[in-house]
Amino acid sequence: MYFRGKAFISDALEGLGRIALLARDTFASLMTLKVAWKDLVYQIYFVGIKSQSVVLITGAFTGMVLGAQTYFQFHKVKMDTATLAVVSVSMCSELGPVLTGLMVAGRVGAAIAAELGTMRVTEQIDALRTLATHPVDYLVVPRLLALHIALPILTAESIAIGIYASHLVGTHLLGIDPVYSWHNMVAYTDGSDVVVGMVKALAFGGIVGLVGCYKGMNCGEGAEGVGRATTEAVVYSSISILILNFFLTLSLGQLLEML
Amino acid sequence: MILVENLKKSFGSHQVLDDVNFEIQAGESVVIIGRSGGGKSVLLKHLIGLLKPDSGSVKVSGENIVPMNERELLRIRHRFGMLFQGAALFDSMTVAENVGFAFRRDPSISEKEIAQRVAEVLDMVDLPGVENKKPSELSGGMRKRVGLARAIIYRPEIVLYDEPTTGLDPIVSDSIDQLILRVRDRLNVTTVVVTHDMRSTRRVGQRILMLHDQKIYATGTPEEIFNSRDPIVKRFVEGVSDPKELYF
Repeated sequence: MYFRGKAFISDALEGLGRIALLARDTFASLMTLKVAWKDLVYQIYFVGIKSQSVVLITGAFTGMVLGAQTYFQFHKVKMDTATLAVVSVSMCSELGPVLTGLMVAGRVGAAIAAELGTMRVTEQIDALRTLATHPVDYLVVPRLLALHIALPILTAESIAIGIYASHLVGTHLLGIDPVYSWHNMVAYTDGSDVVVGMVKALAFGGIVGLVGCYKGMNCGEGAEGVGRATTEAVVYSSISILILNFFLTLSLGQLLEML
Repeated sequence: MILVENLKKSFGSHQVLDDVNFEIQAGESVVIIGRSGGGKSVLLKHLIGLLKPDSGSVKVSGENIVPMNERELLRIRHRFGMLFQGAALFDSMTVAENVGFAFRRDPSISEKEIAQRVAEVLDMVDLPGVENKKPSELSGGMRKRVGLARAIIYRPEIVLYDEPTTGLDPIVSDSIDQLILRVRDRLNVTTVVVTHDMRSTRRVGQRILMLHDQKIYATGTPEEIFNSRDPIVKRFVEGVSDPKELYF
């Protein structure tokens, strides 16, 4: 039991170290500004356009459920018109970026790990290297950049659709006054809430890209290796998103208070 | 041209190469033979820096590539072309995109010029007109030819072949051997072939290295190896199993 625990911690630290090295290589590659634009555009299409339905449905239904639950509680103390303000702040700073990050980790992180994993086991990554192409330049940089660009946009969409869906449910189904509700939302939602959400989306994009690429490029042999890499990419990036979210909430909250 | 000295490599507790030493001269055609799982492909991958040894050195034109990082190795790899066992074609790309891959990121070469070079090299491997096909539409032999076309398009000085005839029927195997010889003679390249196909060894090898028990066990011309009286070499080239050894 002791040795298993020791091996687990050692493997986890080694994995973190390797991801840090991958991040360093990716940053160094970005600094050369030799980005394959065609690949970047395709990856933005794959991450951004292809994730629309998943992100919009998640955002809309999360907003609706949050609106309804908040209304049920606030109605007891006659604060119906504060419902949309709570939904807005929650969606902007927490639920929008976290749920979008988790959905993209499930869809895009898994796809990246499976694609790069298959390339690894069929020696396509070795073939890239023999063709004097650095795998980080060709495979990691376009995917990571695409996630950094697309995830904040997807998060913004998710926030907007969540608030709008909550507004529709509140005013049409639950009978909340639309004018006061909207007024309260604008009054209590600060620009800093949106900034926090966007910073988180940017950070989560990095996690999904780095973990997906790392797991794919270092996967085990055969179909089993690819399967395991895909699962681990989703699990590790989801857990990392949830943990990082807590620390970002604390640190960004304090930072914005100081400003 | 390539000098391997005291090369050792193990994966975990499994020692694959132990004190391997040999030299390959420019323009030479060398075949490395040995049992399946004996470390031939591992050895080949060390020559181009795809694997790092535990100790020892690999010198290419006097330059030790072992301490080089991935970016420094890119410069060395411009001098190599490699054909993988399963061809390792990029399955999301067409044949033309695969073959012209090395030039895609070079802005100094126009699309027209790339198309011309691709057509030229596909013609050399007897596969004209397949530019728009996907790798999944090709047979095993055709995939190997496309892989070879991709490896030689930028005129490398050294071409490495990892089991080029494995999984192919004897007629296609013969055509691949002819192709290896054609590429060697037309482009004047140094050729290193890893195989356990004895017919192929006899056809393409000017010198043979036999890897056995993690070491270079025997070396010589095809005549010397095929006429060797050493029991291990003899048994291998004649394909005779050892009754004392369990194979399954």
